[in-house]
Amino acid sequence: MVFKPGDDISIVISGQAGQGLQTLESLLTRIFKLSGYHVYSCSEFMSRIRGGNNSTQIRVSSRRVASCTKRIDIFVPIHQGAMERFHDRITHETVILGQKDIVESRYLEQGYAFIEIPLKELSGRAGGAVYANLIMTGVLSGLFYVERQLMEDEVGRFFSGADNKRTQGDILAAGIGYEAGSSLLKPGQASIAIERADDVRHELLMNGIDAVGMGGLAGGCNFVSAYPMSPSTGLLVFFARHAADSGVVVEQAEDEISAVNMALGSWYAGGRALITTSGGGYALMTEGVSLAGCIESPLVIHIGQRPGPATGLPTRTEQADLNLVLYSGHGEFPRVILAPGTIEQGFFLARHAFYLAEKYQVPVFILTDQHYLESRYNVMDLDESMVLDQRYIVKTEPGYKRYALTQSGVSPRGIPGFGGGRVRADSDEHDEHGFITEDAGVRKSMVEKRLKKHDALCDEILPPVLIGPQDYQCLLVGWGSTFHAAKEALEILGRDDTAFLHFSQVYPLAREAGQYLERAKKRIIIENNATSQFGTLLRQYTGFGFDGRIMKFDGTPFMPDEVADELRSMLLKED
Amino acid sequence: MSSVYEPEHEIDIAWCPGCGNFRIIEAVKAALDQLDLDPDKVVFVSGIGQAAKTPQYLNVHYLNGLHGRSLPVATAIKATNRDLMVVAESGDGCMYGEGGNHFIHAIRRNPDITNIVHNNMVYGLTKGQASPTSARGFVTPVQTLGVSSEPFNPLSVAIALNASFVGRAFAGDVEQTAQIIVSAINHKGYALVDILQNCVSFNKVNTYQWYKEHTYYLDESYNPTDRDAAFSKAVEEDKFALGILYINGQNPVFEEGLAAYAENDTPLYMRGIDLDRIRALMDSMRA
Ligand SMILES: Cc1ncc(C[n+]2csc(CCOP(=O)(O)OP(=O)(O)O)c2C)c(N)n1
Ligand code: SF4
Ligand SMILES: [Mg+2]
Repeated sequence: MVFKPGDDISIVISGQAGQGLQTLESLLTRIFKLSGYHVYSCSEFMSRIRGGNNSTQIRVSSRRVASCTKRIDIFVPIHQGAMERFHDRITHETVILGQKDIVESRYLEQGYAFIEIPLKELSGRAGGAVYANLIMTGVLSGLFYVERQLMEDEVGRFFSGADNKRTQGDILAAGIGYEAGSSLLKPGQASIAIERADDVRHELLMNGIDAVGMGGLAGGCNFVSAYPMSPSTGLLVFFARHAADSGVVVEQAEDEISAVNMALGSWYAGGRALITTSGGGYALMTEGVSLAGCIESPLVIHIGQRPGPATGLPTRTEQADLNLVLYSGHGEFPRVILAPGTIEQGFFLARHAFYLAEKYQVPVFILTDQHYLESRYNVMDLDESMVLDQRYIVKTEPGYKRYALTQSGVSPRGIPGFGGGRVRADSDEHDEHGFITEDAGVRKSMVEKRLKKHDALCDEILPPVLIGPQDYQCLLVGWGSTFHAAKEALEILGRDDTAFLHFSQVYPLAREAGQYLERAKKRIIIENNATSQFGTLLRQYTGFGFDGRIMKFDGTPFMPDEVADELRSMLLKED
Repeated sequence: MSSVYEPEHEIDIAWCPGCGNFRIIEAVKAALDQLDLDPDKVVFVSGIGQAAKTPQYLNVHYLNGLHGRSLPVATAIKATNRDLMVVAESGDGCMYGEGGNHFIHAIRRNPDITNIVHNNMVYGLTKGQASPTSARGFVTPVQTLGVSSEPFNPLSVAIALNASFVGRAFAGDVEQTAQIIVSAINHKGYALVDILQNCVSFNKVNTYQWYKEHTYYLDESYNPTDRDAAFSKAVEEDKFALGILYINGQNPVFEEGLAAYAENDTPLYMRGIDLDRIRALMDSMRA
C-alpha cells in the first residue's frame, strides 16, 4: 500500500471518551511540530466523560495549515463502532490504519486501503488497553519519520508529573508503536512525502484558548471570575494555571451573575477583570453588562459560543450568539464586539479588548466559539512587546467628579484609595458626582455623554481584512472563526475573480464595509448559524444584502473542501 | 462633634420620617468614627432598595450596584485591594431574596468584609410586598391571604454555614447597634450584622414598639464561640436575641489565600505588566 504522495496529510483518530485522545492530540502535534512539520489539530467530542465516540483530526503538512478538512487521508479507529460517524468521509482515497476486527467488514470487502496495526496485541505487550493512545502516538511518529529520541523525550516530558513507573510504561508503549509504524515504511508499502522546515521547530504551538489567554495577560488582565461552561472553561483553567506566576486573582463564582458583578467590583477597585462564559451563562450576566454601561466601568467579556437554544449541543460549535451580545443589556450604552479568526487575532484582540475597555470605560466582548478555542496550530512569533502598560486611571482630589462631563464623553476614572477624592459609582441615574438624581436635564446630558463614547470608539475600528484579488467580482464575507476555512476554500477554488472579506471587529462596523460590498457583483455570506445574523447586521449598516448564503448549523465547523464545493456550485450557476 | 463621614454636600434624603433607617445610619457613622480608619480607604457597596441608599448619605466611596448583587462586588473589591475597608449594606429583600445565593457563598468564601442588612421584613422601595423575612400570615397587596412560606432566618443559615461572625441589632438602639458594627468591622473575615428595623410606611406589624417587646440582649454569660448554643439562640422565635451570636475565627480569609498575593502584597492597581514573564510563557509554547 502506497500513500498518495501528498504534501498535506489529514489524519483522523476516532475513539471513545476515556481512551486518551486528548493526550494523543497534544503529544502528536508537539512531536510533529518539533520535527519541523506544520501541524493543525482539532477535536470534537460528545458531552459525556466515558464511552460514545470522539475524534481528533491532525493535519501534517509542508505548508501552513489552520483548518480541519472533510478529506481524511489516514483514518485510525481505536474502538468498535469508531467508523460509524465517518461513512461519508472515508473514501477509496483514505487509508484505514488499525486493528482488523475493529474495521467494519464492508470496508475490507470492498477493497478500501487498509494497513493492519495489531493494536490489541501491541497494547498488551505494553501493559494493557490503556496504552492504546500511546501505541498510536508511536505508530504515527514512526510513520512520519519522527526521530525516536525526540518522541520518547516528549512522552517523558508530557508525563513528567506522573509517577515514574507509569511514565516508563508510556515511553515503552510509544516505542512499541514506533517500531510498528516505522516498519511500514518499506519501499512499495508506505511512504510519506512531507517536507520539513527548520523554522517550524521554533514556532509557537497554540490553540484559541492560549491565544486569548496570552492576549489577556499582555493586556494586563489580573482578575478572572467565571462559572464553568463549555466551551469557555478552558480560558478559566488557563488563568488558574497562571494565577501564581502572573499574579491573577482567579475565582470560580457561585453563578454567572456573581461572576460579572465580581468583575465590576474589581475594575472599580483598580483591577483589570475578564469574565468567560458561553451563551447560556452570558444570558444570566446581561443585567451586569447594563450596569457596566451605567457606571461606565470597563469590562472584558469572553464568550465561547456553542449551539443553542438552551443547553443545545454543549460541546459543539456555532456562531449564533451575535444578536444576543449585540442587543443584550437593557437601556442604551456603547459596546464593542471583537471576533478573532486566527491565533494571531485572538492574541491581539484580547489585548486590544483591555485597551478599549479601559480607555473608553465600556464593555468589550471577545466572541469566539468551540471550534476557534479548540483549534491548535503552529504560528510565527506573536509580538508580545505590545503589552498594554498605559493605565487610564487618575489620582483623585477632594471634590472629584466620577462622571465629569467632557468633550469625548469619557470622564477621568478614579479608584478608591488612590487620592483624596470620593469615587461614587451609581446604577441609578446620577449626576457628575455620582449622586442619584431624577433631574431631567441631568438625565439627558448623562445619556448623551455615554453615547458620545460610541462616536469616539468609531475612530478606532479595526478594518476588515481582504484576502484575494482587489478587483474581485465575487466577494465572500465572514467573521470570527470561519477565517481559515474560507481562506483555504478560495485557495482550493483558485479563481482570480473571487475574494474573501473577514471581519474581526463586528461592532461597531468599519466605515469601509459598505465600499467593499458595493464593489462586488455577487456577494456571498458565510456563517456558522442558520439565520445569517452578521449578514443582517451588515445589510442594516451598509444597505447591501447578499446573493448567496453558506450556512452551517449542525454543530460542526466549516471545512474548506466543503466550502469550496458549495462556492463552486454557486459560481457555476452564474457562469 | 460631627462625623467625618457626614456628607459635605446637601442631601435630599429619600426616607420616610420616623423610619428606622435614620437610626441605622447614625449607628454606622458612630461606629466608623470610633474605629481608627483612613476615610480615604472606606468603601461601601449596596444594592437597590431604601436601605441601599445609605451610602449616598455618607461621605464614603461607594458602588451602588444592582438589586441583590452587593456581596460579589464587595468581595471582589476586597480581593483587588486588600487595603480597603469594605462594607456591603442593603435591605433584607436585596441580601436574602434576590441575592440569596451570594449570601450563602460570601459566607463560605469568608472575605474580610462587613455585611450590614436593614431587616424591615418587607420590601420598602417597591411599596410593601413580602420579603423573605416576613412572618407567616403577613398580609400585603400581593400576599393577599398572608405569607404562607417559612420566614428566612439569616442568622441560623449563617451559623449553619459556619460563618465567621454573626450579630443581630435593633435599629432603635443606636449605641448598641454601633458597638456591634464596630466589632463586626474589627473582626477579620466575613461579618453579618442583621439589623431589625421598623418600616413606618409598609410594615404595621413589626413596629418600633413590637421590636422593643420582642427583643432582648444576650448577657455576659453567653459564649459566642459555642456553635450549638448560637444555633439554639438563632432559631428562637418568640423573642429575638440581640448582640454577637456567633464568632468563629478559624476559617481562612478569602483574599489572604489568593495565589496572586503569594509573592506580592501590592494592590492590583499598582502592578504593571511583566514583559519578561510574558516572554517566558510564550517560549513555553515553542517546545
Ligand atoms: C432585578 C431587579 N428586580 C426588582 C427590582 C425592584 N426592586 C427594587 S428594591 C426591591 C425590594 C426592596 O426591598 P429590600 O431589599 O428589603 O429594601 P427596602 O426598600 O425594604 O429597604 C425590589 C423588588 C430591581 N430594582 N431589580
Ligand atoms: S418605606 Fe419603610 S423602610 Fe423605606 S424609608 Fe419608608 S419607612 Fe423606611
Ligand atoms: Mg426591606
